[in-house]
Amino acid sequence: MTDRALAVVRAGALTTVQDGGRPGHAHLGVPRSGALDARAAHLANRLVGNNEGAAVLETTLDGCALRPRCAVVTVVGGAPCAVAVDGRPVAWGAPVRVPAGALLEVGRAVRGVRSYVAFTGGIFVHPVLGSRSTDLLSGLGPEPLTVGAVLPLGEPCGPPGRVDGALPWCAPPAELVLRIRLGPRDDWFTRQAIGLLTGPGYRVSSASNRIGLRTEGPPLERAVARELPSEGMVLGAVQVPPDGRPVVFLADHPTTGGYPVVGVVDGRDLAAAAQAVPGTPVRFTPVL
Amino acid sequence: MSATAPARDLRVLPVGDRALLVELPGGREAEALHAELLRRRAAGLLPPVREIVPAARTVLLDGVDHPRALARELAGWVIPDLDPRTERSVEIPVRYDGPDLPDVAALWGVSVEAAVRIHASARFRVAFCGFAPGFGYLTGLPQRYAVPRRATPRTTVPAGSLALAGVYSGVYPRSSPGGWQLIGSTDAALWDPAREPAALLSPGTRVRFVPEAR
Repeated sequence: MTDRALAVVRAGALTTVQDGGRPGHAHLGVPRSGALDARAAHLANRLVGNNEGAAVLETTLDGCALRPRCAVVTVVGGAPCAVAVDGRPVAWGAPVRVPAGALLEVGRAVRGVRSYVAFTGGIFVHPVLGSRSTDLLSGLGPEPLTVGAVLPLGEPCGPPGRVDGALPWCAPPAELVLRIRLGPRDDWFTRQAIGLLTGPGYRVSSASNRIGLRTEGPPLERAVARELPSEGMVLGAVQVPPDGRPVVFLADHPTTGGYPVVGVVDGRDLAAAAQAVPGTPVRFTPVL
Repeated sequence: MSATAPARDLRVLPVGDRALLVELPGGREAEALHAELLRRRAAGLLPPVREIVPAARTVLLDGVDHPRALARELAGWVIPDLDPRTERSVEIPVRYDGPDLPDVAALWGVSVEAAVRIHASARFRVAFCGFAPGFGYLTGLPQRYAVPRRATPRTTVPAGSLALAGVYSGVYPRSSPGGWQLIGSTDAALWDPAREPAALLSPGTRVRFVPEAR
């Protein structure tokens, strides 16, 4: 009997299990969660022959190291990084065979923030509300990886996929352009604040995480000072806390919140937001 | 209080390109709209909506294919008042032994025994959830019993604590920091992901707190 599992040799700064998340439970206070760069997670899954929604590992800046107990096919995608098997460099962004007991090293991101590590069969931890994702806001799903932890793998469901020609991996952005639709609470801010928001003054803050992309830049002044009763929040909502610096809500965002949302970032731009390193200039571009 | 919330009191705000925030004059109207949305969804009369998220005086509709069409439709709705007979109800056994119970009784200007009677005789409804999975904001206490949050939040509130803040009552599903006034405790599992449904309290659930014999 093969032991379909991975042992964690180096956990990295923050490595979590992620799949498509658990949308549909926001009314119970359950965040959607799921891979921040869903595009990269889907592609990595396709390349190892998994369904797009299989669970993968999401690393943060400095990779991780794993020792599979069985022979596996893996793909490391998302943020570009060095990949090695037993010390030998292997391909990033393409299927790689790892023999049973070999050491798979996923290096520090050369550009971008989050690398995705997919394995044939997917990470097969116990699902919670239909998802294997780690939710860092409310603590649902598996704990972030720790050294010595063992992660079960599922059975392979198909041969590794082929992608002919140039791989459609997107490069992490030098400037993060986020299309934004103003509202529902843009009228809670001064006209000058809306001008500032769409101006050149913002950068990605190092306090960003899976809950939100925080920014540094000029504070947005409120036109309405009263408290906002708690209301529902969507993925991509740009919430403005009392310090006035906009926060773009990512997958682990709270389902309700009491600070006004000035606008909502187009969902197609959130994968790039997940890969923008601290210091990256952010430009909010209004769309109708 | 009229039997229906006229649709002219309802304001629909766009949220990105896939969601709507429906704003109502108050919490009661928001609860009535939420109940009506669930009723219409169950009857197959609502276009697909991935999330229906009620809150203090809004209902968020997220994952909507044609938000403009739905916004126009909503403006024409007549929203019936809440009907308790059609909603799920639960009883939660509780010990009124919270450390803030004397403070709450003092804020209400009554004895501790009277405070317990007031809370235990109220009929609650889960207006919305948030803060943590399975944490319900329960309405049912009259406005005159609204209480402030603690000036200094506790770093740890035990799981199962029954607590008050503003006009809301709530039970902490798990141990967490918290600023609400603690008036009691329960052994009921508010949140159990292995159970179906995982949340004991979901929006629209009717709740009664039943004092345990001591």
